[in-house]
Amino acid sequence: MTARSYLDHAASSPMPAEVLAELVEAMGQAGNPSSLHQSGRTARRLLEEARESLAVSVGARPDELVFTSGGTEANNLALLGAPRPGRSQVAISAIEHPSVAGVRERGDQVQLLPVDADGFLVTAELAELIGAQTALVSVMWVNNETGVIEPVAKAADLAHAVGAWAHSDAVQAFGHLVIDFAASGLDLLSLSAHKLGGPVGIGALVVRRGIQLRPSGFGGGQEAKLRSGTVPVALAVGFAAAARLAAVRQAEEQQRLAELKQQLVAGVLARIDQVRVNSPALASPAIVNLTFAGARADDVLLLLDAAGIDASTGSACTAGMHQPSEVLLAMGRSLADAGSSLRFSFGPSTSAAEIERALAVLPTAVAKARAAA
Amino acid sequence: MRILAAMSGGVDSAVATARLVEAGHDVTGVHLALSRNPELYRSGSRGCCSIADANDARRAADVLGIPFYVWDFSERFAADVVADFVAEYAAGRTPNPCLRCNEKIKFAAVLERGVALGFDAVATGHYARLDRTDEDPSLYRAAEPAKDQSYVLGVLTAAQLARCEFPLGEVQSKTELRAEAAERGLLVADKPDSHDICFIPTGDTAGFLNDRLGERVGDIVNEADEVVGAHRGYHQFTVGQRHGLHLSVPAGDGRPRYVLGLDPVANTVTVGPKSSLVVRTITGIRPTWTERPQTGSWRGLVQVRAHGEAMPATISVVADQLEIALDEPAFGIAPGQAAVHYDGDRVVGAATIAATNS
Ligand SMILES: Cc1ncc(COP(=O)(O)O)c(C=O)c1O
Repeated sequence: MTARSYLDHAASSPMPAEVLAELVEAMGQAGNPSSLHQSGRTARRLLEEARESLAVSVGARPDELVFTSGGTEANNLALLGAPRPGRSQVAISAIEHPSVAGVRERGDQVQLLPVDADGFLVTAELAELIGAQTALVSVMWVNNETGVIEPVAKAADLAHAVGAWAHSDAVQAFGHLVIDFAASGLDLLSLSAHKLGGPVGIGALVVRRGIQLRPSGFGGGQEAKLRSGTVPVALAVGFAAAARLAAVRQAEEQQRLAELKQQLVAGVLARIDQVRVNSPALASPAIVNLTFAGARADDVLLLLDAAGIDASTGSACTAGMHQPSEVLLAMGRSLADAGSSLRFSFGPSTSAAEIERALAVLPTAVAKARAAA
Repeated sequence: MRILAAMSGGVDSAVATARLVEAGHDVTGVHLALSRNPELYRSGSRGCCSIADANDARRAADVLGIPFYVWDFSERFAADVVADFVAEYAAGRTPNPCLRCNEKIKFAAVLERGVALGFDAVATGHYARLDRTDEDPSLYRAAEPAKDQSYVLGVLTAAQLARCEFPLGEVQSKTELRAEAAERGLLVADKPDSHDICFIPTGDTAGFLNDRLGERVGDIVNEADEVVGAHRGYHQFTVGQRHGLHLSVPAGDGRPRYVLGLDPVANTVTVGPKSSLVVRTITGIRPTWTERPQTGSWRGLVQVRAHGEAMPATISVVADQLEIALDEPAFGIAPGQAAVHYDGDRVVGAATIAATNS
């Protein structure tokens, strides 16, 4: 088998060997961190060390960190736990991940906050739309399809001005950008481990001290009575290890990934016509989104896959088919363009050779997909 | 070869795909999403395009270790198959949507997309055989006559057949096929076969048509044009049908009566004795040919419904139509169905039945 290019780190980033080693070692420790005996104490110690380590990674206090099963549950907990007496609305940006945007299907009153053609939240409109009825404002830190970096601190200020809480889904930011929860002004922040090389199945919601959320389920009351269920200690250990490793490499990686991204974009623009770059300059270095006008995204992906390149649209799949990206539609793209866009995303294991391989394959793949459309 | 295997989620296409993988081809599985609203479809065994079927197909592809995609052909399907189905009934004819789907979707739109993407052929789990010893492949009935599906492939042209693979043509029995599926670790081994029209999973064709064409009360008349009953839409009837007529005036001779014809303009259904259903000649329009177009007259076998018998006939090309003279009279042949004609077991071509004569 020839070498493949894995350009889908935003879907899940492979686990570095040192993280895996810590995870496996912790897996070998039996014990329920809620037990009072010896093995419980051992487990609890590992768990709390992981919590403290992660708190440092995101600029929060350890007791503000609530472990969840992942980014999705963290978002659900924030959105479903937030509504407060007298405040019946939540306001979310128009480009949120389904684990936030899905709140619309729960019958709550949800306001969609518009974004501009680059995907940036229009903060003037945000100020107009929210008010005394707003319980929560949720704006993601980094969008998972385009990588655009949102003005979350500004959104938090505007939310606080009307007495609302501010939440941000930082799942795609964590590991790639500096996250300082205390400085952000946010009340709630969602994290996930597997997007930065940690294990799948664990994430966290950071909850500012003094914020009282409603638990979304009932049980033994673990995790600050907010999220019941035995906490998977080894996953927490792996999560913390991945976050530490990412922090150590971060400055260097930002530079390196920005160069790889530039290599891909410049190469594509030089080789293929009718391409639009959907990621603005102010975006995560790890994500780029491109529209190949006139080609079905699924067909380009099929051809890339066959040629050893793993990429994605980044948008939701329904019944195995990619739907035209809601994110790009919210940015004002046509239905056709929204169905012709691909996401390439990078991580620590991404190399210039992987990008070159993709560039070697893309022109033919796009030409064929255009012919098939 | 790079082969695109159409995987419905059923056991046939799963085994067909497995055989191609085993033969060393570079196979990609594709499930066709044909319904606009797959969630509304009954999940599981019947419809060909429910989400559960897509999942079964994906699972089979994963077991085989091949790439798998779902292609959305729901718009084309709605326009080319479902709308045509309704329009044909509205015109008083009885269409065959599976044939139409093969002609317009599976071996046309899907094949074209696949070829543009670099695939050499489309494979399906149909029971039919292709003989490739000549330059143009010849299409034959399946080895096991009871399972033969060459009828629904009869509309394919030489250009289409050149890019087809039917790996199940030699299968001897469904039992054998299911055993093979189980042996290969395919979980669909025990999945029931589908029988219904895939876009009418309830099986209630009359209800489906009523929803689209409306109920329009009209007369049921006999051959002397006397009113003998009432109907709620001629599209609920098919030529040759005997049951469900609810006639108010008994037949003079007390013998069973059958639907003889439908008149969309007058909104009448004509009924009469079985003897009036006799068909000796058939006019077929829009002939298609699996190999080269024929000219003149020749002897052959004609089949007019999916599991119908092959009837000996003299077939002639007259202008751009087929005139089929049956050796023995047949009963109740519905306009709109396909007449597929054979030379022994070899499919020669097909035409749409436009008219029949006694
Ligand atoms: C922006 C964003 N939020 C939330 C999630 C969900 O995270 P998880 O997979 O941990 O549930 C994802 C991952 O798909 C994401 O990209």
